[in-house]
Amino acid sequence: MFGYLILTILVFTLVAYFVGQTAGRSFALADRQTHSLPGYHGAFVAVWVGIPALVLALLWVALQQPVIDRLVIGSLPGALTSGATPAQLSLILSEIKNVAAGQIFAEPSPDVKAAADLYVRWQDIARWAMFAAAVALMLLALVIARSKLAPRFRARTGVERFITGMIIFCSVVAILTTVGIIASLVYESLEFFRRVPLHEFVFGTRWEPQMAIREDQVAGAGAFGVIPVFTGTLLIASIAMLVAVPIGLFTAIYLVEYANENVRRVVKPVLEVLAGIPSVVYGFFAVLTVAPAVRAAGGAIGIVMSPNSALVAGGVMGIMIIPFISSLSDDALKAVPRTMRDGSLAMGATRAETMIKVLLPAAIPGIMGGVLLGLSRAIGETMIVVMAAGLIATLTFNPLDSVTTVTVQIVTMLVGDTAFDSPKTLAAFALGLMLFLVTLTLNVIALRIVQKFREQYD
Amino acid sequence: MALADTNSVITDRAASAGLRRRRYAADLRLRIYGIAAITVAIGMLAVLLGTLIVGGAQAFVQTHIRVTFPVSAEWVKADDPAAGNWRNVVRDGLAQVFPDLSAAEQREVVKVLTNNAQFFVRDAVLANPSVIGSTITLDIPAADPYDQLNKGVITRDTAEENRRLNDQEIQWFDTLVERGLVSKPFNWGLIFNSNSRFPELAGLKGAIVGSFYALLVCFLVSFPIGIGAAVYLEEFAPKNRWTALIEVNINNLAAVPSIIFGLLGLALLIQTFGLPRSAPIVGGLVLALMTLPTIIIVTRNALKSVPPSIREAAFGMGASKHQMIMHHVLPLALPGILTGTIIGLAHALGETAPLLLIGMNAFITSEPGGVMDAATALPTQIYIWADSPERGFVARTSAGILVLLAFLIIMNGVAIFLRQRLERRW
Repeated sequence: MFGYLILTILVFTLVAYFVGQTAGRSFALADRQTHSLPGYHGAFVAVWVGIPALVLALLWVALQQPVIDRLVIGSLPGALTSGATPAQLSLILSEIKNVAAGQIFAEPSPDVKAAADLYVRWQDIARWAMFAAAVALMLLALVIARSKLAPRFRARTGVERFITGMIIFCSVVAILTTVGIIASLVYESLEFFRRVPLHEFVFGTRWEPQMAIREDQVAGAGAFGVIPVFTGTLLIASIAMLVAVPIGLFTAIYLVEYANENVRRVVKPVLEVLAGIPSVVYGFFAVLTVAPAVRAAGGAIGIVMSPNSALVAGGVMGIMIIPFISSLSDDALKAVPRTMRDGSLAMGATRAETMIKVLLPAAIPGIMGGVLLGLSRAIGETMIVVMAAGLIATLTFNPLDSVTTVTVQIVTMLVGDTAFDSPKTLAAFALGLMLFLVTLTLNVIALRIVQKFREQYD
Repeated sequence: MALADTNSVITDRAASAGLRRRRYAADLRLRIYGIAAITVAIGMLAVLLGTLIVGGAQAFVQTHIRVTFPVSAEWVKADDPAAGNWRNVVRDGLAQVFPDLSAAEQREVVKVLTNNAQFFVRDAVLANPSVIGSTITLDIPAADPYDQLNKGVITRDTAEENRRLNDQEIQWFDTLVERGLVSKPFNWGLIFNSNSRFPELAGLKGAIVGSFYALLVCFLVSFPIGIGAAVYLEEFAPKNRWTALIEVNINNLAAVPSIIFGLLGLALLIQTFGLPRSAPIVGGLVLALMTLPTIIIVTRNALKSVPPSIREAAFGMGASKHQMIMHHVLPLALPGILTGTIIGLAHALGETAPLLLIGMNAFITSEPGGVMDAATALPTQIYIWADSPERGFVARTSAGILVLLAFLIIMNGVAIFLRQRLERRW
């Protein structure tokens, strides 16, 4: 039904366009001074016919269900509804809907049957009413908009004002996304902190979220201290940065100072390929290839290590971040004015001296920004650690041990059995909020540093 | 260090030669570090791709066994063939290959074929009902352990108790090989089957279709909104605190971890708006929000690169600002916008974490019929297979990754092609 309505609106809009365009043409043919081209007259009428009807249809679809639910509940005899909790009411409602859809498991009570009949009828009425209302609105709009058209009518200005409104809305979507992220994280987190006190979350050193979701499950009482999860995240991210920063930085130095055009033409695309590989692939690589290899190497020199050690997850994550660091460092080094570099070389300094004493100090803010962005990526990276890191939060800084991360915990708590009122699932949102705040801070600082630095030489 | 020494005049020839040597050595060291770093990076990529290709290659072929099934009227009634006892038909077919086995052994030897062999036979007979009463010869996929044996993953010299196939089973398979009934054709099922519990039947079709729907939604949402936002910010927006806020916002959104977008999708789209779990529409919307900053940024760069002369010429001809942008600037910037959009979509195709949170990692054995149906996506399918304990899924995972990488290469290739052929340099 909704699909047909959309189709109808499209057809009406098209008709409206031709009506307006024909009117515009007749103005032009009458050889009077017209303000707008015929196409704008058409677009003006089309916008007035199509957009209000579309908004009406969307609102109707969004609001129809709650209104009908309320009406059906209201129609039930008082004996059924008086004193019922909202949960009981929604149970009755879903029974009515099941009966209305023809899925009858047991013989329903006559009240429910009557309500189901009512439900079906009202839904039918609502559907036809939506159709009728939309068509009426479009016809009305068509008549009004058409009557406005005149040779001197500023149709183009109207259409352009509409387009401006649309693109302002588009740019607000970015804001709405952020607001949506913050709102959903904060809302669920508040729910979580109502059950688990904030200080226990922030300062607790035990993370055991495997608590019972149902009554009959055997599980721990649950402990939600975020510190071991956070240290695990930091440990893995630090290992990743220890791998990525030297390799990325030296790569950038070589490409900027030493490499000739041919080397650059080969190495840069290779690095881009490295950057373009999805992280789930790196995760599989870590589990299948790197972890056994590192364990075997450890075993050969007599070190016993956990099968999903922080070293493997961090190391593979580091490889993933190399291209990120190298391209940002490359940009930072290239942004140093050529005169500084040439001056140093002209004084007889070797290329290494020019790099270390002139270019690097000048580029350090940009490189730092890149490193911070890389760190924020390492903290927020999910798939590698989900596949290669551990599940149990241990408070340790030993890279050979298995640790867990914030993202791993979010995924394990939300994949599968999700009941939205258990502290276990709500904890995922609290972790998400923390992750968002940490990465946001890092990003803001990094972008600030990079921007400041760019302004210095501009 | 070395430079500081040169402040004082060095008269001693030997000392100055030594200093120069040290300085050149330092230069060489830095150069070697750079080469080493690049070698490590490229080496890692080579190892990564090498293991994937070596591991995934064998999943591109699949062991099939040719069996002639007697479709006796006893098991399959001509008036209702679909309800036939196909399990017995399969048993009879193998009994013809191995005539002198006990009943218990016959039950075992059937496991040479995939568990779903009866459905292959049923579908073949339903497509051609005239064979009822006579025989039908089919190539049926072998069960996973036999497939692994044929590919050399299960080796004969492993001790029998550590092997998934005992000596008797290996002997059966060898008999089949001797009679020329075993073939190893290209595994079209990898791409044209949907997911399955059985490795020998599992394919990527459902995941490819799911990814296609999700990317379609992602494109339809993020492309128009991204262009609209970029046009406003680049061409119309006044410089004030409000637009500065939007810009900071977009830059930050580009760096928000992808899993946060998954949480947004779960809490807002599924919990609040009541969209179905695991559906490509939710995945597509989440990916659209993630891709939006990329599209806005590339579109702004493309708009910036259109020279002012074009704009002034349009104004000179009496165009309004809107006409100038819609008729001249946007069409000229379009190749750049498309290039950036395709690269953004390629990135979205590989994104896994947000799709996990909205449930696109379900076990689904048929491809989705539309954007509202439950589905998996390519990267989540890879994740599911990587988590599966069966040996056969290891090779499938590598092969799935190779398919995903092939799609990424195609998309990036199209982007590069567009950039080189259509983009104008001013």
